[in-house]
Amino acid sequence: MQFRNHRVVGDILELAERYCAEGADELVFYDITASPDDRSVDRSWVTRVARVLDIPFCVAGGIRSVADAEDVLNKGADKISINSPALADPALITELARRFGSQCVVIGIDSHEENDDYFVYQFTGDPDKTTAAQRTTLDWVMEVQQRGAGEIVLNCMNQDGVRKGYDIRQLAAVRETCNVPLIASGGAGAMQHFLDVFEQANVDGALAASVFHSAEIPIPALKEYLANNRVDIRPQD
Amino acid sequence: MSTIAIIDSGGANIASLLFAFERLGRNADLTTDAAVIKAADRVLLPGVGAAKDAMDRLADAKLIDVIRELSQPVLGICLGMQLLLEGSEEENVECLGIVPGIAARLASTSDCPVPNMGWCATRKTSDHSLLQDIPDDSHFYYLHSYALPVCDFTLATAEHAEPFSAVIGRNNFVAAQFHPERSSTAGAQLLRNFLDESL
Repeated sequence: MQFRNHRVVGDILELAERYCAEGADELVFYDITASPDDRSVDRSWVTRVARVLDIPFCVAGGIRSVADAEDVLNKGADKISINSPALADPALITELARRFGSQCVVIGIDSHEENDDYFVYQFTGDPDKTTAAQRTTLDWVMEVQQRGAGEIVLNCMNQDGVRKGYDIRQLAAVRETCNVPLIASGGAGAMQHFLDVFEQANVDGALAASVFHSAEIPIPALKEYLANNRVDIRPQD
Repeated sequence: MSTIAIIDSGGANIASLLFAFERLGRNADLTTDAAVIKAADRVLLPGVGAAKDAMDRLADAKLIDVIRELSQPVLGICLGMQLLLEGSEEENVECLGIVPGIAARLASTSDCPVPNMGWCATRKTSDHSLLQDIPDDSHFYYLHSYALPVCDFTLATAEHAEPFSAVIGRNNFVAAQFHPERSSTAGAQLLRNFLDESL
């Protein structure tokens, strides 16, 4: 789920509990404005979320150091996801993996297709500050794994917000070099899109925000649909 | 009411286990105090991160023999389960030796990347009371790179590239490779069972 800081915590808790009850398998909390503004998230909400959730959740945004990560994990998050700070200082990935174990360390990658190749972008939370990171996506995917990343969330920017389906071609290409769990992000607009990405790109998870926020795709119906199409998924209670 | 001690093995995100007991209406002490641990009716050994770091922390806190000698029900969780074994292939670390066996690195295949991070159907292979009222093949949440192969002490199994021990038990020691505190209703039931007097 995506939110900006101006949303009050009550909204976050309510939404988190709703998704949990509806059968979401994991929640990701993004503060997508954190890195561009050079500030960190207000973290008191992490504990409040951890108290009510009985499914795993990941916090993304504003984690720039081992101390930041420790704070978030100690407050009850199961994983931390870093994006722009990892590009600025790739050694941070190594340090985080060593200190907390790879299973806590998720790397978010914003990737854009240009001329048949894929490139990493940073500071994508703010359109004015978004810049190319001067790396190809496939190189970065390999490097973060070597440094100990335990999971990769690949946000395909060409598809993001368009709701025309995940970027199967790109995800399948990344899957070839990705030996840790790969989560698809960007483009979900219909239940079929989830099935396609599991079947055709062999991803380990599919992330979506707007179609769930708007309740356009109810999670219980989606899970039933996927299970009926033989995707291995946790059934709803 | 019985007391619950959670051994502070130093890893991050132990808070989520405390919160899981809160949701069951129970308080638990997060502690490295040997007296508190010995006196508790139920003891939990959680853990995340590297096995060697966790064993070093238990040694520093002088808890190695304390844990070995506990006679009340003890539940190891995730890395805490591996700490109960003789050792782990991870940095070839020697562990507590309470349950025979060595945690082995999970095999990585194109369909089963490592770490194993996600919900896995978990099959009961015993009728141990820790697993009562949990439907067979319930999904639990796993986050791990090492696991104990299926053995005589296995109470439930799950599969990544190969089957592994999801739940084990020996005498008063039981353990789960998954995170019950993050495994929705099935996980809550396991924790409830662990607190039950019949265990």
